[in-house]
Amino acid sequence: MSALLEVSGLRVRFNEKAEAVRGVSITVNKGETHCLVGESGCGKSVSALAVMGLLAKGGIRTADALSFAGQDLRGLTEGQMSRLRGDKMAMIFQEPMTSLNPAYTIGSQMAEVLVRHRGGSKRAALDRAAALLGRVGITAPGLRLGQFPHQLSGGLRQRVMIAMALMCDPDLLIADEPTTALDVTVQAQILRLLMELQAELGLAILLITHDLGIVARMAHRVSVMYAGKVVESASAEALFAAPTHPYTRGLLDCVPIPGKIARGAPLGSIPGTVPRISLGFQGCGFRDRCGHADASCAQDVPAQSFAEGHDYACRLPAGWATERAA
Amino acid sequence: MSATIEIRDVAKIFRQFSGVFTAPRMVRAVDGVSLTVPAGGCFGIVGESGCGKSTLARLILGLHPASSGDILVDGRSLMAMPRRERARLIQPVFQDPFSSLNPRRSIHDIVGLPLAAQGISGSEITKRVHAMLERVGLRAEMAGRSPAQLSGGQRQRVAIARALVLGPRIVVCDEPTSALDVSVQAQILNLLADLRRDMGLTLVFISHNLAVVEHICDEVAVMYLGRVVEHAETDALFRAPTHPYTRALLASVLTPEPGLGIPDVGLGDAYPDPANIPPGCRFHPRCPMVTAACRTELQVPRRVGERVVECMLA
Repeated sequence: MSALLEVSGLRVRFNEKAEAVRGVSITVNKGETHCLVGESGCGKSVSALAVMGLLAKGGIRTADALSFAGQDLRGLTEGQMSRLRGDKMAMIFQEPMTSLNPAYTIGSQMAEVLVRHRGGSKRAALDRAAALLGRVGITAPGLRLGQFPHQLSGGLRQRVMIAMALMCDPDLLIADEPTTALDVTVQAQILRLLMELQAELGLAILLITHDLGIVARMAHRVSVMYAGKVVESASAEALFAAPTHPYTRGLLDCVPIPGKIARGAPLGSIPGTVPRISLGFQGCGFRDRCGHADASCAQDVPAQSFAEGHDYACRLPAGWATERAA
Repeated sequence: MSATIEIRDVAKIFRQFSGVFTAPRMVRAVDGVSLTVPAGGCFGIVGESGCGKSTLARLILGLHPASSGDILVDGRSLMAMPRRERARLIQPVFQDPFSSLNPRRSIHDIVGLPLAAQGISGSEITKRVHAMLERVGLRAEMAGRSPAQLSGGQRQRVAIARALVLGPRIVVCDEPTSALDVSVQAQILNLLADLRRDMGLTLVFISHNLAVVEHICDEVAVMYLGRVVEHAETDALFRAPTHPYTRALLASVLTPEPGLGIPDVGLGDAYPDPANIPPGCRFHPRCPMVTAACRTELQVPRRVGERVVECMLA
């Protein structure tokens, strides 16, 4: 497997006071789903926006490496970036109602993507749009092309967004909470569709979510983010089999699993809330909420390895969690 | 002594404006629901958006008058009850603690408002507000702050304190943790479970998160397009879902267990519209088991063992 997107040492800040992303490294391989998971404010969406060059005004991005399909993204101009976005690097956002233009029909918005990036006639683009709408499971694609976003249900709009992202045969799909606004049944349908498309087209997917259920079912690799840093990174099997960072363990304990936790028994929870990280913050961002923190956590956090391809950022030794349980 | 809610064939129809020259659309949000909520339990109502679960919550709270039918608490009609009395009996906790708390008021005023509305004096209000804040895990000095200074979890604790300050017997929670992060969600669920036990509350818990409902509820009613399609004890419902819709709903729960993949829920792309309810069984356009009779015959609730199911195939 070869790396399609390589990010290393990514940092983002918006002003002198707060740093949103503090040295994130992610690699997304071809045909693979990489999940970025964490709670609100942990910097997962900002990381993705930084990769795409879509930071809000005033956002400052630095990185040790940032390459897509062998091309260094750091030196690209806005024009070059915008030619890449929607073409080889496509994206889907959480709320399809706000990311579709309410004043244009589905057909004209979808066709525009192809005509802008590839040229050709609008008619040919509309034909491709209709074919893709069919592919994402929309019945009567001809009818939908002529409709406006408000005439579609949330699930249909998200299918339209996926079809639109596929217009130019992208290699990488960045999906930021693509199913958070949808009902559970529709969520399962949309995620299943993404998996099918991945198998069919060899898509690499960078999936951003807060839902550990989605992570477990979709991800090949997982990076858990907390306070602007990746605190643990592993394959999905390894992460769920042996979560090692105290934050990852805490997060997993918070989720009720039908049949695993007795009804009425208290769920695990993490005390406190996500801190605001100022520029020049030292040590582990989780230490105020962590039951294992000591004085050394205020200094630099060692990067450790639990096993090949399973890394975490914590002072605790690799086997601490299993030893304690035994 | 706890309250029992009896919902008798309740319906709520909204008239939805659809243009100057067209007739208003009749949205049948709740369309003939009968349920009995036992005293002291936690009663779950689940379903997708638009199924009428929030409207049902508002009917139980008395925030909407029912179009037909009646809701009784301890045998007394909710409609006939004076507002203040109802407020002492039933209180809400809503989904979004960012919009359900008045941003221009202090926490003290927000939690104390139900007391003030009952005509209780100022010093007594302060005493009870402080006690209540501590009971929900907030420090009493937070009373002086405004909602903007609190995190989402803290705000939801304030909303719970406001609901409980009058000592109600029933609390209706409409998606109380949906706007919160998972780690905070667990804190709030644990708090609600504690309070229910200590104060002998009856909880009506409305959610689309089935894993959460399974964890805290004793009984669950599944709603689809304004009707209860299945109602059973939690264990029975989750162990052996009977209605095809309940099955699809349970199949779509993604537990954090890697390697299981994403299930095929088999519902197609039809979308339920409460202003345009299909004839026959309401679920038939999406049902994977649909028969010819389902398209024409109206379904009625039937008792199957210990559960009630509204499906002729069950």
